[in-house]
Amino acid sequence: MEISSEDNNLMEKVLPPVEQESDVELETKVKKYLRGEGANLETLKDKKLKTQLASREKLYGKSAKAAAKIEKWLLPAEAGYLETEGLEKTWRVKQTDIANEVDILSSRNQYDIVLPDFGPYKLDFTASGRHMLAGGRKGHLALLDMMNMSLIKEIQVRETVRDVAFLHNDQFFAAAQKKYAYIYGRDGTELHCLKERGPVARLRFLKNHFLLASVNMSGQLHYQDVTHGGMVASIRTGKGRTDVMEVNPYNSVVGLGHSGGTVTMWKPTSQAPLVQMQCHPGPVSSVAFHPNGHLMATSGKERKIKIWDLRKFEEVQTIHSFHAKTLSFSQKGLLAAGTGSFVQILGDSSGGSSHNYTRYMNHSMVKGYQIEKVMFRPYEDVIGIGHSMGWSSILIPGSGEPNFDSWVANPFETSKQRREKEVHSLLDKLPPETIMLDPSKIGAMRPSRRKEKPSRGEIEAEKEVAIEAAKSTELKNKTKGRNKPSKRTKKKKEMVENAKRTFPEQEHNTAIKKRRIVEDAAAELPTSLKRFARKN
Amino acid sequence: MKIKTLSRSVDEYTRERSQDLQRVFHNFDPSLRPMEKAVEYQRALTAAKLEKIFARPFVGAMDGHRDGVSCMAKNPNYLKGIFSASMDGDIRLWDISSRRTVCQFPGHQGAVRGLTASTDGNVLVSCGTDCTVRLWNVPRPSLEDSSISSENFIEPSATYVWKNAFWAVDHQFEGDLFATAGAQLDIWNHNRSQPVQSFQWGTDSVISVRFNPGEPNLLATSASDRSITIYDLRLSSAARKIIMMTKTNSIAWNPMEPMNLTAANEDGSCYSFDGRKLDEAKCVHKDHVSAVMDIDFSPTGREFVTGSYDRSVRIFPYNGGHSREIYHTKRMQRVFCVKYSCDATYVISGSDDTNLRLWKAKASEQLGVILPREQKKHEYNEAVKNRYKHLSEVKRIVRHRHLPKPIYKAMGIIRTVNDSKRRKEARRKAHSAPGTVVTAPLRKRKIIKEVE
Repeated sequence: MEISSEDNNLMEKVLPPVEQESDVELETKVKKYLRGEGANLETLKDKKLKTQLASREKLYGKSAKAAAKIEKWLLPAEAGYLETEGLEKTWRVKQTDIANEVDILSSRNQYDIVLPDFGPYKLDFTASGRHMLAGGRKGHLALLDMMNMSLIKEIQVRETVRDVAFLHNDQFFAAAQKKYAYIYGRDGTELHCLKERGPVARLRFLKNHFLLASVNMSGQLHYQDVTHGGMVASIRTGKGRTDVMEVNPYNSVVGLGHSGGTVTMWKPTSQAPLVQMQCHPGPVSSVAFHPNGHLMATSGKERKIKIWDLRKFEEVQTIHSFHAKTLSFSQKGLLAAGTGSFVQILGDSSGGSSHNYTRYMNHSMVKGYQIEKVMFRPYEDVIGIGHSMGWSSILIPGSGEPNFDSWVANPFETSKQRREKEVHSLLDKLPPETIMLDPSKIGAMRPSRRKEKPSRGEIEAEKEVAIEAAKSTELKNKTKGRNKPSKRTKKKKEMVENAKRTFPEQEHNTAIKKRRIVEDAAAELPTSLKRFARKN
Repeated sequence: MKIKTLSRSVDEYTRERSQDLQRVFHNFDPSLRPMEKAVEYQRALTAAKLEKIFARPFVGAMDGHRDGVSCMAKNPNYLKGIFSASMDGDIRLWDISSRRTVCQFPGHQGAVRGLTASTDGNVLVSCGTDCTVRLWNVPRPSLEDSSISSENFIEPSATYVWKNAFWAVDHQFEGDLFATAGAQLDIWNHNRSQPVQSFQWGTDSVISVRFNPGEPNLLATSASDRSITIYDLRLSSAARKIIMMTKTNSIAWNPMEPMNLTAANEDGSCYSFDGRKLDEAKCVHKDHVSAVMDIDFSPTGREFVTGSYDRSVRIFPYNGGHSREIYHTKRMQRVFCVKYSCDATYVISGSDDTNLRLWKAKASEQLGVILPREQKKHEYNEAVKNRYKHLSEVKRIVRHRHLPKPIYKAMGIIRTVNDSKRRKEARRKAHSAPGTVVTAPLRKRKIIKEVE
């Protein structure tokens, strides 16, 4: 009887394994929402300040825990996934297999739009993923509602279109046409013709700063503020023509790929590049940035894809025997590479800090279709493919963020919500000075730059160490009469003198200072007494 | 093989009827919000700018007196009522919301120097240089008062004549005694025409008196011999006294920390004391450039308002050395009396140009009923402003205050004089033997001695 009662008590004390695991999981989420370590308050001497900061840190902890619990229990949707069993492989799954497994709403997102006359097509999505902009090279511009699968507006500009980009919402878009870049309204009206840029090769919009960035056929980088129309920066890259341009969403730094194999990063307040990386021996064909800002994928013409860590500027991984004309990262970190008629999706198989991108899914287009651009649609498990015969849309399970925030991007927003959001975005508009490699420097303490001067005792100690090292150096054996004892002694003395000569500069400076003081004292004497000043 | 893709039904993410609220969803993931520190700093800057845009502290002026306003009193029982008295003997009861005179109390033949109301708000006590103390019955507020357009005159319920002029009066908290300041400190009862108690320490006139809100038998006075004295009515003599370099014009007790009092001094500073330890000021509040004439605490106890001879009104934190706000207009003359309203929302100042002026206690506060969403927005703006107030851009905007040119120039002169004194003191200390020249801290320098 006693033994059984003890067992019952022991069983009651032990937590079930599910709860233990959930605690560990919750700790991981709390750490994410804390956004870094807390401050070290032990060095503070002001008790009142220490108490205030400690209570604030406690408040941050409570907020992070509440956010972690909301993520665990209250978010309405779960991420998509693709799981295989036994000998099945994820890269063998075809779109027809996916269509058999998913519901009708999802299968609507698998389609081909065949437009053989105006291709190849460039694509762009709004931040919420609801609207898509398609630009055909031969002058076709189309604005589509991806939720209703309806065409909002299409126009034919009857000249070359090299790139298209949405501005801050679906009301305006920009097109890089043959001679100039143009800004159009939602109803197809031409609003602006941007003549100062010259022939534009690539267009990108920086959402937080309301800057329209473009690189033209001469390799010049332009930033223009779309709220007041002023040209914020014109930068000559000096590296020739390029059509590889991408914006890092983490810090709004623009990355350009060049024909010499380098990738440079730019900000509008500096004429020199922030970073120059020699990524490939040959021309760079495409660049993509991970949404967390720490990974970059580059592809070169020598049939390699490389993954780079942008915090240490080191190469993390190289993927061989594959060349990508276009690269794109999804919200959940999947990497899409498109070349020829083939799209390959790479997933990060090792979760956590190390990265190992392996094959996840493949998709083959019809033979003869040349892929121009792949782009993941935000907040959906959909990738858009622009190619030479139109554009396509296929399902990639697990690529999109399942839960949107209505204040960040809302696919179901009404026109009133859009107007309110526009006002708030303009109030929160960032100046171009906030574009930097590390955005968390804003509001942080600047480290002190004062270097401590070594004291006299330390200088003397260093001097003695140097002299001893010089004395104990072994001399090489010379031949042909240069190894006589007198020459060896002379050489050793020279080494000791050289070691000493680096240190008397301090005494020399001190002597100069003393002489200057004496001269000042002599200069202050009246004229009749200057002849009595002591001369040094 | 298991496959799941994202699929969102429009019905689940939008409202069902046009009268419903729009559905909103939250995701606090940091990766959805890039550059959030820069955005937060930008919001702090925008909040600081919007605070300056919406800073409109002046609400209105109450006109009616024919001479300078000499003193005011709050009605503790009626939030909208305030009493004011002027140099020609006129006493009025004002309605702050409509900014009109409700009734008048004529009777004094000279300047009214002291005005106070009882704690229940039924009795108004006034005294002046005509050597009389008058008690008035305060009329009951009713809805009919606002409709009557003719003027009301009220007779005093009692008039006490005494042998000297009076300079201040204050009513006991929750009691039936009031104290007058004159040639000595006199304690009166409502129903007797003679003081029930008198105190005198020294030979100079007592110029201000204030009862302690926490201990009703304690009161503090200041006299024209530059002293501050604390009396206890349960004893027959004074409890404690300090003598300062310049005289104190007014005294206020902190209603939330009743052992602390703040003295408005003639040298332009205010000194906060702990009543148990008067030989050292706890805090010196220095922003006025001329004599501080009156002081009053907010009912929250965390701020006080001062009126000065330099024609400005300042609001100080109770433990800060500098003011957070300065109010001034082109026409406002020397401010003789200031009061905080009983709900800590308004500041009322009376000045030499016959006007009472109504100001907001927080210059950019949104008055009226605030929706919960507006309240959250205000709290968020305040939080981001406090978080970034040490950065130079936000700090410059938050701390900027327009100053009238005479005050600005006087500040420059005062700074020059103080810097000169400091340099002279430093040179004297440098050329003396170490330790012989001792500089007293400012919190002790202005106090000559303490007498018990």
